[in-house]
Amino acid sequence: MYQEVILDHYKHPHHRGLREPFGAEVQHVNPTCGDEVTLRVALSDDGDQVVDVSYDGQGCSISQAATSVLTDLVIGQSVGDALKTVTAFNEMISSRGNVEGDEDVLGDGIAFAGVAKYPARIKCALLGWMAFKDAVAQASEEIPDERHRSA
Amino acid sequence: MTASAQTLDLTKIRADFPILQRVMRGGNQLAYLDSGATSQRPLQVLDAERDFLITSNGAVHRGAHQLMEESTDAYEQGRAAIAAFIGADPNELVFTKNATEGINLVAYAFGDSRFEHAVGPGDVIVTTELEHHANLVPWQELARRTGATLKWYSVGPEGRIDIDSLELDRNVKVIAFSHHSNVTGAVAPVTQLVERAKAIGALTVLDACQSVPHQPVDLHALGVDYAAFSGHKMLGPNGIGVLYGRHELLDAMPPFITGGSMIETVTMEKTTFAPAPQRFEAGTPMTSQVVGLAAAARYLDAIGMDVVEQHEAELVAAALEGLAGVPAVRIVGPTSLVGRGSPVSFVVDGIHAHDVGQILDDEGVAVRVGHHCAWPLHRKFGLAATARASFAIYNTHDEVDRLVAGVKRAVEFFGRD
Repeated sequence: MYQEVILDHYKHPHHRGLREPFGAEVQHVNPTCGDEVTLRVALSDDGDQVVDVSYDGQGCSISQAATSVLTDLVIGQSVGDALKTVTAFNEMISSRGNVEGDEDVLGDGIAFAGVAKYPARIKCALLGWMAFKDAVAQASEEIPDERHRSA
Repeated sequence: MTASAQTLDLTKIRADFPILQRVMRGGNQLAYLDSGATSQRPLQVLDAERDFLITSNGAVHRGAHQLMEESTDAYEQGRAAIAAFIGADPNELVFTKNATEGINLVAYAFGDSRFEHAVGPGDVIVTTELEHHANLVPWQELARRTGATLKWYSVGPEGRIDIDSLELDRNVKVIAFSHHSNVTGAVAPVTQLVERAKAIGALTVLDACQSVPHQPVDLHALGVDYAAFSGHKMLGPNGIGVLYGRHELLDAMPPFITGGSMIETVTMEKTTFAPAPQRFEAGTPMTSQVVGLAAAARYLDAIGMDVVEQHEAELVAAALEGLAGVPAVRIVGPTSLVGRGSPVSFVVDGIHAHDVGQILDDEGVAVRVGHHCAWPLHRKFGLAATARASFAIYNTHDEVDRLVAGVKRAVEFFGRD
């Protein structure tokens, strides 16, 4: 499970720290272990692009590294693509090891395929990702409306 | 080795627990160090349940056929055996689904105006900062329902209740505390707390989940008013907990869960209730679980709880010593054996408890990681999570060595850059 790439992200996390400006800030907790992440998302003025994702928190190597990988992938993506990335990661992690994950979509995220075999750790891997999904939804609501996605 | 340890035939005991032979996914034999969460069950417990089910299973306290008589006898004999095991009378024991339900039963009585000890605005409920959520949340909820105030003893640096951290007065109606902390292993000063409670007319509730399976417990001698513990932590079945209450208190308490079996007479308008303990056992009760739990009590009794206590103390001593030799490890709890039970919780600086637990799991060593349902205690120490090894009669020194070796491996693994 502890691939080298996971350990690298854990020891040297990318985009860590809370930054301004941001459209939404969320706090997610894993109640079974007490791990928590505070995560901010900044979208472009038109709400189409993920401009920045910043975060702080405490947690195990899996939750910390997964959040670091998340930021690498989604910063600069369109909101639509970012949410597709989240869906792909969630699908791989929740597959009990049956879905390998597409490196073109998930980049370093495919290193977490092994985590899927440990049900107790799935929530760890998803902590930052679910916080991101929540923050994007909240940040999108803040965007003034005419082009607001109804989906 | 001490005399008691010499009388302990660990090989024979381990043969009673087939699960301990299991080879885990990493290719290593299981070293089960999570008995504080749930213990393993010996064949004697499983056989007792099976024998009951294939010979005498029937609905307890109902009807008049032979199986009903036999199952009722098995159930009530089970109650008597478990009562004897903890120094109580049979009519002072209520079977619940788990210890949590037992504590809730008491907390609801304290919120019921039919009970002379019921609390209200101006009254104080006391608990401690080291409680398992099961002995905290029900009291928070009682305070919310009744307008009473919740106060608590804080804990000192070793994770013991600081008995001078709270001044009690006559507004205090109930003091709820754990016999052994499920995190730090610290043993509560029961005698002192009971004395202080009696001096102000308050009742005491003891969470005995981590003590009854690990040391001799005589509830009458301890003098507490209530106690709760669970079956599955003492080599018995799950789905069964035990609530102890002094008989005159149980008999004065209104019911909690209502329905069949707990009644005296029922009309469309109203119901009168059966005497305790039946008053608190609504619906069809657990039967094979009681039989299994009585078998667990007999199993522990045959070994001797003083022998169990001594054996576990040796394992705890070995774990404390072994872990002290790993530089990054800090014990969360007392580092000596004085006033200390089985759980050994620790943190490894710079490595999250989940990661420590995962490396240990790869070695087949099962420990608990997280806040162990004692989040306020972890907050107190500024920790999100700890790893916890906890022992039972079937554990060995070799398993302690494997724990220490696994922790060293975790330090090595996550320490390199």
